[in-house]
Amino acid sequence: MSEPRACPECLRRARLLAHLAPYIEKVATGTPGSRSPELLRLDNEDLAAAVAPKVADQVLAQAAVVPERRLVADLAASRCWATCRHDDLYPEGLGDADDAPWALFGRGEPRWLPGLRPDGVVTVVGARRATSYGREVARDLARGLATAGLVVVSGLAFGIDGCAHRGAIDAGLTVAVLGCGVDVSYPASHRALWRRIGEEGLVLSELPPGTGAWRWSFPARNRIMAALAGMTVVVEAARRSGSLITADLAADLGRDLGAVPGPVNSRASGGSNDLLAGGACVVRDAQDVLDAMLGPGVRQAERLGPAIEPRAARVLAAVEAGSDTADAIAAGLDLSGAEAAASLAVLEALGYLRCSLVGVYSRTMLKPPCV
Amino acid sequence: MLATAQTFTLDGISARPVRVEVDVHKGLPAFSVVGLPDAAVREARERVRAAIANCGFKFPLHRIVANLAPASLRKAGPGLDLAIAAALLTASEQLDLDSLPSLAMVGELALDGSLRPVPGVLAIAEAARERAVEAILVPEENGPEAALVEGLDVLCLPSLRRLADLAAGEWVPEPPEPMGLPLTANGGPDLADLRGQRHLRHALEVAAAGGHSLLMVGPPGAGKSLAASRLPSILPPLATEEALEVARIASACDRLADREPGGRPFRAPHHTVSPAGLVGGGNPPRAGEATLAHRGVLFLDELCEFRRDTLEALRAPLETGWVSIARAGSRRRLPCRFMLVAAANPCPCGRGESDPDCSCAPLAVRRYQARLSGALADRIDLLAAVQQPSAEEMGGPSGEPSTAVRSRVAAARERQEHRLGIGRCNAEMTPAELRECHLDDAAAALLADSYSRRRLSGRAHDRVLRLAQTVTDLAGSEVIGHEQMAQALQLRNREDS
Repeated sequence: MSEPRACPECLRRARLLAHLAPYIEKVATGTPGSRSPELLRLDNEDLAAAVAPKVADQVLAQAAVVPERRLVADLAASRCWATCRHDDLYPEGLGDADDAPWALFGRGEPRWLPGLRPDGVVTVVGARRATSYGREVARDLARGLATAGLVVVSGLAFGIDGCAHRGAIDAGLTVAVLGCGVDVSYPASHRALWRRIGEEGLVLSELPPGTGAWRWSFPARNRIMAALAGMTVVVEAARRSGSLITADLAADLGRDLGAVPGPVNSRASGGSNDLLAGGACVVRDAQDVLDAMLGPGVRQAERLGPAIEPRAARVLAAVEAGSDTADAIAAGLDLSGAEAAASLAVLEALGYLRCSLVGVYSRTMLKPPCV
Repeated sequence: MLATAQTFTLDGISARPVRVEVDVHKGLPAFSVVGLPDAAVREARERVRAAIANCGFKFPLHRIVANLAPASLRKAGPGLDLAIAAALLTASEQLDLDSLPSLAMVGELALDGSLRPVPGVLAIAEAARERAVEAILVPEENGPEAALVEGLDVLCLPSLRRLADLAAGEWVPEPPEPMGLPLTANGGPDLADLRGQRHLRHALEVAAAGGHSLLMVGPPGAGKSLAASRLPSILPPLATEEALEVARIASACDRLADREPGGRPFRAPHHTVSPAGLVGGGNPPRAGEATLAHRGVLFLDELCEFRRDTLEALRAPLETGWVSIARAGSRRRLPCRFMLVAAANPCPCGRGESDPDCSCAPLAVRRYQARLSGALADRIDLLAAVQQPSAEEMGGPSGEPSTAVRSRVAAARERQEHRLGIGRCNAEMTPAELRECHLDDAAAALLADSYSRRRLSGRAHDRVLRLAQTVTDLAGSEVIGHEQMAQALQLRNREDS
């Protein structure tokens, strides 16, 4: 298989973006309505003129004279690879977007790149300020999707993004698209996850290695996430969440859009519920995503859990009915404290339940076999 | 003329011998006390002067020097008054104690010469017996406490006036009745008050049976404090030696009067307590709440509100059962083997995330719970999620009484002592002893499965094994089975999600 290669013109474009980053920041976040994906649609001259009219000529001249061996040497020094829109390995989905990045930098195995076709990729996004409900669903959903063989794309952010990566990486392939250089871990506390994805999955960015995170670069990377995937699923988002930008961009591209229903009285789910009201596909589990992307019943996501004994089955039913602590379950089913404890532990060990730090149980998406 | 008297000063929770030497000779009238006295001892001069004058003796108008030997030991408290007065009276030839057996004395003087009780008399009496003193003079109120020590004559002195009568053989005090030690666990609040809440009851029983530390998480008013205060009543009663230990600490800290009726100490310091207040400290070093809870229960309500350094200070004592306090002059080791019981709310507002009324931001909940897992979580064995009992449970019959639970706990403790040695429990099992645990195949498979899926850390693995052993001891069986292992896995405290 060929190695990913980026042409000098596209690499120069990436350098220009990094150079203009502070100017774009001022324009993209200072004036309402001028969003970064629209700016990045412009070609080099127009972009420079739009964001930095005073120094445009100087910046453009500087970018044009960088020699090719310098570009190659810098890339080699950063231990990353790059592909560009003229390369065979450039992800297919990105070609559909007229604002697609010219060059795409990456860490991880480039041999995964051909697999990034829209019909095999799903983007899972959501708010950084997520509730435990959203985090659990994101993790389970991503695990189910990865198990079914889909590539899970997300943005490595706090909250839903991080949970989606964590759920997916144990079961299959996950791709993190960053708003900074691929050799920068942002947020810094996701360092371990970033490193693991760099080893077992892919980390992608349109900004050259070493570039820091800018406010405008997050909406910009959202357009990459939206374009990579055949379907974008918003797990949990409030009405003003940045993940709704990804949803808009995906809809603009004509890609499928899904959202996980949340409590109607929860502010954290306002945005995702609005998407559903606006006609987005209802996503309850991985099967819903597979049906929407590939047609109903084409591929089965469901895997049934191991068999459980009758007492545990009653406990499982009680948790599904809303009892969430050992106390409530013991009282509701008239079990002794010891019996309830034993059944809960077995169900947790088998993967049917999970327990929070404060001893509150919740259901995973694993389904028991019919008794 | 020179005279001496034997007394003791309190040092932490043990007593150190002090010899009072008083010299009365001609010179300008003066009264000085030397030998590292603290403020209370220095003020003894005024009390002794007034007491002697008011009891019909004559305060000698000479140059008086009272030396407290050994000079290097810091003397604290008013307990030296009586010895200074007695030595002064002997030196000025107003009193002759030679007719009495070898004597130690302790007590604070009132200005009219009557004696006031002092702390630590139990420790002082024990130290006196060790030094082969035959009799000890104590204030009347301290008599029952001193009488606990066998092989020592306790003479209760109401007032300095009576000292002359005693020396002359004209008056002999009644020997005091030894105070009762709390050797039965009855009398405290009863577990029957806890209605419903089967899981919490189970967790309490396992915690008591194995001496495991327990964290209760639940909304305010769900019964966490109620449950914690009932814990001493299901612990097995103290052995005589342990009860003496507890009484000695209480006596040294002047808390003998307000002991818990249930026998075992129950301490619930407020969350604003300082590290020194919790584990002991200051100069001279004083015992903290951890030592006061020795052989009993230390209850930390609102665990997340405690200062971080305060909780960190508790780590080493929890591990070793001792508090070591090093100060410029000395190093002290205070015992503190207690059961740690903590309570916390599930989120900042207290209702818990699953409650629709919970108003906490998701991030605030996560930060709060992170604090919970940071605070001593690795030292806490059990987690009980506490929920408000339902209306039927509140109106229903009262729960199983403490006596029934206690007998099961005692049986489980007996099995542990048989296996590990006297006075030890499962919570203290060493890694070597853990390897001796017998597991059947199903239990071993369940534990190995949880461990290999990274649901358990190495430490949590050992913790689960200890809990499983306790659950098995409660069940009265020899081999840890699948059911017991499952219970232990459920009961374990979660360090991380």
